[in-house]
Amino acid sequence: MTPLSSYMILSAIVFVTGVVGVLIRRNIIMILLSIELMLNATNINFVAFSYYLDNVAGQVFVFFALTVAAAEVAVGLAIIIALYRGKATIAAEELNLMKW
Amino acid sequence: MKYALIPLLPFAAFLIIGLFGHWIRERAHWIAVPAVGISFLLSAWIFTEVAKGEPIHVTLYSWIASGAFDVSIGLYIDRLTAAMLLLVTIVSGLVHVYTIGYMHGEPGYARFFAYVALFTFSMLMLVMADNFLQLYMFWEAVGLCSYLLIGHWYERKTACDAATKAFVVNRVGDFGFGLGVMLIFAVFGSLQYDQVFNHAVLIEGQTINLLKPLGGQWPVEVMTVICLLLFAGAVGKSAQVPLHVWLPDAMEGPTPISALIHAATMVTAGVFMVARLAPLYNLSPAAMDVVAVTGGVTALFAATIALTQNDIKRVVAWSTVSQLGYMMMACGLGAYVAGIYHLLTHGAFKALLFLCCGSVIIALHHEQDMRRMGGLKDRMPVTYWTMLIGALTLSGFPLTAGFFSKDEILVSAWSASMLGKTLALVGLVTAFMTAFYSFRLLFVAFWGESRVDLHHRERIHESPPVMTVPLVILAALSIITGYLGIPGFIEPVLPGPEEMAVPHESPAAAGIMLLATLMGLGGIATAYIVYVKSPGLPDRLAHQWREAYALSFNKWYVDELYDRTIVQPTVALANSLWKIVDVQVIDGMVNGVGAATVLWGRALRLVQSGEVQHYALAMALGAVAILGLYVMLLL
Repeated sequence: MTPLSSYMILSAIVFVTGVVGVLIRRNIIMILLSIELMLNATNINFVAFSYYLDNVAGQVFVFFALTVAAAEVAVGLAIIIALYRGKATIAAEELNLMKW
Repeated sequence: MKYALIPLLPFAAFLIIGLFGHWIRERAHWIAVPAVGISFLLSAWIFTEVAKGEPIHVTLYSWIASGAFDVSIGLYIDRLTAAMLLLVTIVSGLVHVYTIGYMHGEPGYARFFAYVALFTFSMLMLVMADNFLQLYMFWEAVGLCSYLLIGHWYERKTACDAATKAFVVNRVGDFGFGLGVMLIFAVFGSLQYDQVFNHAVLIEGQTINLLKPLGGQWPVEVMTVICLLLFAGAVGKSAQVPLHVWLPDAMEGPTPISALIHAATMVTAGVFMVARLAPLYNLSPAAMDVVAVTGGVTALFAATIALTQNDIKRVVAWSTVSQLGYMMMACGLGAYVAGIYHLLTHGAFKALLFLCCGSVIIALHHEQDMRRMGGLKDRMPVTYWTMLIGALTLSGFPLTAGFFSKDEILVSAWSASMLGKTLALVGLVTAFMTAFYSFRLLFVAFWGESRVDLHHRERIHESPPVMTVPLVILAALSIITGYLGIPGFIEPVLPGPEEMAVPHESPAAAGIMLLATLMGLGGIATAYIVYVKSPGLPDRLAHQWREAYALSFNKWYVDELYDRTIVQPTVALANSLWKIVDVQVIDGMVNGVGAATVLWGRALRLVQSGEVQHYALAMALGAVAILGLYVMLLL
């Protein structure tokens, strides 16, 4: 039987990939996808713990998380389209209006 | 309820006129006069009630209740209060009526009536107070009204200065008064008159170490300290030496105010207070002596100044200071009855004199210098005859009220002690001067050739009835208050010190009475000789005794002395505090904090790149740091 730690390591790798993606990618769509990676990393954890602790609640959480993530992507893409129409770019480093 | 209505009616008049004065304007007297009139009728009713039976004591509501500190607003009406109520409501009512004529067409007509009504309310509450805090509060309230009314013509700088002076000088005395009230609470644990009076005997002989904070030893009797502190307030309010300087300047206010506040009622509050607190003062002979000497000195001192003043109102003002000294002297010698008796008669005849002055001033288009009057006798007969009665009463002419009350004071003083005999002599000299300056005023202003400006001379005419009727009523009161048996009426509520049993029918008393009468008549005769018989004499006398004349004319240079020693150093100190401490230190600190914040903000905002990923990186690093810390601490 695969030990719990394997799932957690996998989850950590996926999560860090997401974090690094958010921090270094220039394309906002890629950043949005990286956020999805982070969300799914936590989902893996939920499912793994649910299995090992013999408690179905964790899996229920995953359904909620997936639903919210879908909604978030929809809203996020809409914002990106609106942004592109206004600024004609989706490069993160060019969207720096929030400063002095 | 009817007791509370006495002060509340004028207060309601104040609220109505004060709030809707813009709309009421020239109709203000339709509200103020009936309010005070009904107050007077109620006072008369309650007077008969009190005369028959026990004093009335009602508590209206609990004002402050905090632990042991329990003060209520209450009304205490005994014979003394009832007499004061009548005095205040009568004079106030007459002044209200007189004001209709005097202030006719003035822009501040409604405002004036509002403040006079407020003053009447405060004064009534002051005399009816049943505890020290209420006394203190309305003591300050009448001072405030005095300030507002002296500065009624606020566009005149002299009026503003006089108002400020009155307020500041009174603060000096009231500081002592406030301390006295606090000390009473500290010693007795209560501020109610009846409780304090009942326990006063218990603390007789107790001492308090005044140098304790400095580590020294200076034990003084507690009762003496309390009485002297309270007396400091009376010195300010009743214009006794050395705080007398504000009252003559207060003549900048409209004349009805001088009659009501600065002659008949407010300035007598100090005398009233000493008499009201007689059970305390009786226990402190030292404080009594201070009161008596202060009064005697004030009486003589102010009389010497009144001899040479040329402003018609200022002569009467200095005479008020002098007469207040008389009353204070009587109270200090334990002759509270005589002091209050003179207070009541003085209230009538001094209000009369001021209102007569006002009548002259209006007729001459606001001319107050009596060197530019003269010959008014035939043009203004009512004013002349009423003023003659007022001057006779002030001089103690036989069979007027002033004769009886002044005699009462002098006889009581003579029979008091060695100090009393000395002060009685001072009083006799003062009586001579009083008669002299009263008739100097009358002769110079009303007799002889007219020295009025030519273009005003032909238009001098008697004042309207709304002004002369109050004069006639007050003139009548100046006579008949001597025949109402006032001393016998108030005697039961004003116990003098034990040893003061005054033999009024002794030959010495008759001698004093004769001497006082002669002094009065002598003063009148001297004034007649100097100002009517030989018109050149005053100037020659003034020239011959140049120094003495200058001393009197310049009010003994007290104002100049205070200006050099107190006012100028204080102003200099205030200026330096303003320019150095305020501008440089306090403003510097406040502005410095602001400037430092701006500088830090300028430096720190460089961190804000505006790029979302930088913020996200900071967030991630922060989360890692917190987690790392958590893990390290756990393991």
